[in-house]
Amino acid sequence: MDLYEYQAKELFAKHGVPTQSGEIVTDASQAAAAADRIGGLVVVKAQVKTGGRGKAGGVKLAENPADAEEKARAILGLDIKGHVVDKVLITGAADIAEEYYVSFLLDRANRNFLAMASVEGGVEIEEVAVSNPEALAKVAIDPIEGVDAAKAAEIVAQAKFPADVADQVADVLVKLWDVFVKEDATLVEVNPLVKTPDGQILALDGKVTLDDNADFRHPDHEALVDIAATDPLEVKAKEKGLNYVKLSGEVGIIGNGAGLVMSTLDVVAYAGEEHGGVKPANFLDIGGGASAQVMADGLEIILGDPEVKSVFVNVFGGITSCDAVASGIVQAMGMLAERGDAVDKPIVCRLDGNNAAEGRRILDEAEHDVIELVDTMDEAAARVAELAAR
Amino acid sequence: MAIFLDENSRILVQGITGSEGGKHTRRMVAGGSNIVAGVTPGKGGQTVDADGTSIPVFNSVSDAVEATGANVSVVFVPPKFTKGAVMEVVDAQVPLAVVITEGVPVHDTANFFTYAQNAGTTRVSGPNCPGLISPGKSNAGIIPADITKAGRIGLVSKSGTLTYQMMFECRDIGFTTCVGIGGDPVIGTTHIDCLAAFEEDPDTEVIIMIGEIGGDAEERAAAFIKDNVSKPVVGYVAGFTAPEGKTMGHAGAIVSGSSGTAAAKAEALEAAGVRVGKTPSEAARLAREIVAGL
Repeated sequence: MDLYEYQAKELFAKHGVPTQSGEIVTDASQAAAAADRIGGLVVVKAQVKTGGRGKAGGVKLAENPADAEEKARAILGLDIKGHVVDKVLITGAADIAEEYYVSFLLDRANRNFLAMASVEGGVEIEEVAVSNPEALAKVAIDPIEGVDAAKAAEIVAQAKFPADVADQVADVLVKLWDVFVKEDATLVEVNPLVKTPDGQILALDGKVTLDDNADFRHPDHEALVDIAATDPLEVKAKEKGLNYVKLSGEVGIIGNGAGLVMSTLDVVAYAGEEHGGVKPANFLDIGGGASAQVMADGLEIILGDPEVKSVFVNVFGGITSCDAVASGIVQAMGMLAERGDAVDKPIVCRLDGNNAAEGRRILDEAEHDVIELVDTMDEAAARVAELAAR
Repeated sequence: MAIFLDENSRILVQGITGSEGGKHTRRMVAGGSNIVAGVTPGKGGQTVDADGTSIPVFNSVSDAVEATGANVSVVFVPPKFTKGAVMEVVDAQVPLAVVITEGVPVHDTANFFTYAQNAGTTRVSGPNCPGLISPGKSNAGIIPADITKAGRIGLVSKSGTLTYQMMFECRDIGFTTCVGIGGDPVIGTTHIDCLAAFEEDPDTEVIIMIGEIGGDAEERAAAFIKDNVSKPVVGYVAGFTAPEGKTMGHAGAIVSGSSGTAAAKAEALEAAGVRVGKTPSEAARLAREIVAGL
């Protein structure tokens, strides 16, 4: 889960990283009062989970409360790379002498962690990495040893931080490492980390990605989820323990196993090119078991999407053989009927693997009007795309 | 021959008294695997019955190894205990740990992987993987044993069900070993590890590698193939139509910015001489063509 800047800063503060507090407002009319409480010059910052806010006009300086309200009004509702701003952070405007960059992240290739640091902060770090790679220090971090004062000093030295801030930056690095490890983050990034004219080091921005797999040891992370910004079908799917991602097309997809479902999206999109450009409406992985209950829940979510015109159930019977899957589909149709859900969209099923013939026989005998059986994944994709294009 | 797992594999199951561990132990036994022990702390001395085969349960991996000579551990314990379970395997110097558990925090994986690297005694596969099978010899994990047979193809895949799909599509040719390496951001055994082992394995004549969006493992595998693999390789990458910023089921399957796209991966593989199928069935057809020409 990616966090908003204000949430990242709350975690920073919790672990002793020097930062600025502020206030979140969702309505411009609240901005003046917030600016008044903070006092002096303030910055109004769009809270969106993407970079490049400044360039898009999502960060503005305000001289007084009335100005803050005006700036908030301009920023709220702004579309920044597809993210519509629905809240802004009002925070004091710090005087900046110098801008730096620091981060900790997962290094998938080396299967450890990486610290990155630069004295050229405040700009997009990807640009620094390309235009002036020597200015970006990269230091591998051993997951078992972590970052202590000595390791932090090594990072600071490699990035050539000025002597007057070296100790302070090293201290901030140790605390950011605490955020990284103790909150189970896969990314902690501060850009810019600034030096104020009076020599203070402050994290003026923050980007944090948390590992959802670690939620079991962080009950407090649940409060960070922005339910309002999540697709309602995704929320419903999560409640049912299903792995669902809403997409923008017309063909509902259900399959077992993440890779097979991803592959199904591709095959349907290819087939859609021949049928009016129809596309997959979602990703839905019902997992290896594919029981009747899970199948019914999955179908319910997909049929609840008004954009869906046809549904592709693509199951490989491995651990759960196809006859069990077919019985599951038949039972699921019954459950949906009992729940009062109308099943009036065509469903194309492809069953392959263990006991495929028996599975197909079960579906054939059930004689459901909306269910169509197709032998192969490619043929089924073509058929379901054709049905969606009608 | 096969890689990592063969008829001499003596398997212990961590979490054998749990529902998943118990169910898949029975499947592995039915599929011909030699399951010699189970481990569940506090349940040492009990036995687990797998359709007539009695499997002794031990309190610790080291006890199990001492008593049975187990040389592979399949880990089914819940995510919060997985790190400790794998470290136990490393401490007992078991050469192979196959971590089936899904949902392990990536900090834990990075930790136990580093721990295993430092010890140098244990290959870790997974987590969040279906395991591996050398058809006709042994099966460690949850891959269905009866959808294919022994043969000449080596298969390595990030995805479980696509592994099964490919095993099934090429069941007439058969496989030396099929390795499901898992779709997490950090995994113990990579495409490259498997490619290197298949290159060395005299019975593997063709290699199929299946990748998916996210990270740059496929690009690195492509570079490895170019320099180190002489055997024909067929590739497939899932997720061509996945949008940026949406995680597709596997924790590692996310396109971020310009990196991790399926198109970039397919291009890198093709540049390394790999024949890439646009769909799983096309990849299977390419493998079939190559085998026919051998």
